[in-house]
Amino acid sequence: MSQLVFIVFQDNDDSRYLAEAVMDDNPHAEMQHQPAMIRIQAEKRLVMNRETMEEKLGRDWDVQEMLINVISIGGNVDEDDDHFILEWK
Amino acid sequence: MAVQNKKLNLKDKYQYLTRDMGWEPTYQKKKDIFPDEDFEGIKITDWSQWEDPFRLTMDSYWKYQAEKEKKLYAIFDAFAQNNGHQNISDARYVNALKLFLSGVSPLEHAAFQGYAKTGRQFSGTGARVACQMQAIDELRHSQTQQHAMSHYNKHFNGLHDAAHMHDRVWFLSVPKSFFDDARTAGPFEFLTAISFSFEYVLTNLLFVPFMSGAAYNGDMATVTFGFSAQSDEARHMTLGLEVIKFILEQHEDNVPIVQRWIDKWFWRGFRLLSLVSMMMDYMLPNKVMSWSEAWEVYYEQNGGALFKDLERYGIRPPKYQEVANDAKHHLSHQLWTTFYQYSQATNFHTWIPEKEEMDWMSEKYPDTFDKYYRPRYEHLAKEAAAGRRFYNNTLPQLCQVCQVPTLFTEMGAPTKLSHRQLKYEGERYHFCSEACCEIFEHEPEKYIQAWLPVHQIYQGNCEGADVETVVQKYYHINIGEDNFEYLGSPDHKRWLSIKGLKPADEKKDAA
Repeated sequence: MSQLVFIVFQDNDDSRYLAEAVMDDNPHAEMQHQPAMIRIQAEKRLVMNRETMEEKLGRDWDVQEMLINVISIGGNVDEDDDHFILEWK
Repeated sequence: MAVQNKKLNLKDKYQYLTRDMGWEPTYQKKKDIFPDEDFEGIKITDWSQWEDPFRLTMDSYWKYQAEKEKKLYAIFDAFAQNNGHQNISDARYVNALKLFLSGVSPLEHAAFQGYAKTGRQFSGTGARVACQMQAIDELRHSQTQQHAMSHYNKHFNGLHDAAHMHDRVWFLSVPKSFFDDARTAGPFEFLTAISFSFEYVLTNLLFVPFMSGAAYNGDMATVTFGFSAQSDEARHMTLGLEVIKFILEQHEDNVPIVQRWIDKWFWRGFRLLSLVSMMMDYMLPNKVMSWSEAWEVYYEQNGGALFKDLERYGIRPPKYQEVANDAKHHLSHQLWTTFYQYSQATNFHTWIPEKEEMDWMSEKYPDTFDKYYRPRYEHLAKEAAAGRRFYNNTLPQLCQVCQVPTLFTEMGAPTKLSHRQLKYEGERYHFCSEACCEIFEHEPEKYIQAWLPVHQIYQGNCEGADVETVVQKYYHINIGEDNFEYLGSPDHKRWLSIKGLKPADEKKDAA
């Protein structure tokens, strides 16, 4: 059986960069647009890297800033200063 | 430019917050300080194993929450200043908000009380901090929802006394009793019920597709509070999953206790969410996703992945999951046809879906809608057209556990009513399902105390014996304004006048 992890963002200016960064770092992920939201799902694992986000934004970015724009997640969370990971092990 | 970073990293900050604020008591017994920690039979051997993956500390918590609030209230202001209520898809939509404000927002407040109380019961600091933050979040949700909807209260009926109604109105005892059940359980059951079963497994169904639907129906204020609340939920959901893993890892004796709670609270949550199924399929004039599609994505798919992950702890999917999966084809239709009949006693209006909506349902429910439900609407529409809009004057039989009227059908037999009964100490009790009956059998002393609205009316505890007195005086539902059919209601007329379709005719308000 497939085991999908997912993250949902509010569809806004910050999230467009977030979604772009997630898609760059996770080529196996699939992005869905629904009214007012962006949903990204992937088999087993999704990684969000601070470095990729900082490149996209052209400024420092704290991983926890994500909390402002995220709507929902599915999967075990592993977060530190450099990344945010969702996974089913 | 290499600058020495003297800031603590996330892990260290969180470590300081949660570990160094706990200490071993010396002049009081631990048992006296945390008296409720072990009566449920849950064995915790090492609280230091508690991990909060978000590692949120108070300074970041205030910073991010303040930012969320600023964004949210800027939108509320813009919505009110620009008369945002005039830009929604259709005034029928507002009825979903009436249900939300009287059914869901008070639960946010109950959750605030629940987490404040439960957090106090744990000797582990990580758990106490997580509960405290969640308590503050839940209070914020309750307040922001009331603020968002106060604008609608200026223009539409049925939103004027939600907290009062929550405590009294028959169908609102479904959400109320759900949370009262959880709050009167022990601390670990409360976390399993609310943090795990409700927040992690089920709330996505309310806050993600329904809120996306609010956006699609032009309700900027609601989608914004919904998503703002849900941004906290991402933390709560993570807590829910960690709670379960923590309890299960602590001791193998915890596994059967937790499994029973998961079975119970999945089912209790599923019954509660039947209200959401009808909000999605019937109360959003512009439709985003059907209840059955949402159930597939947010329960079957995500829940499937989750329970597969929990297999290694010896946990299996909830016992009555198959019944819930089968019900996705029927739930919203059975609920709406019931509420349609009882609109004389609700703070919102009901209506027969329009032709395009019925066609949408035929498409989304190819095996059930045309066969079982469309004919009912056609019959009801014919009756209404002949001046006999149907209202059911018999009070419904409520389930002793979930308090939903016994309106559901058996799995695989959509014309057979699902009903169970049993005798306990000489009294007979009724249930909507095997699952609710089983919950009762395990804790009969709890559920015989249930405050069942219909019984209370018949016992004379609701200020009168006739529906009109109960509705007006006891519920504070304004007859002829808040209740009955949508077509011809004051809300309907007001909407037509907003849209310039027909002038409001105050003399001919429907009753």
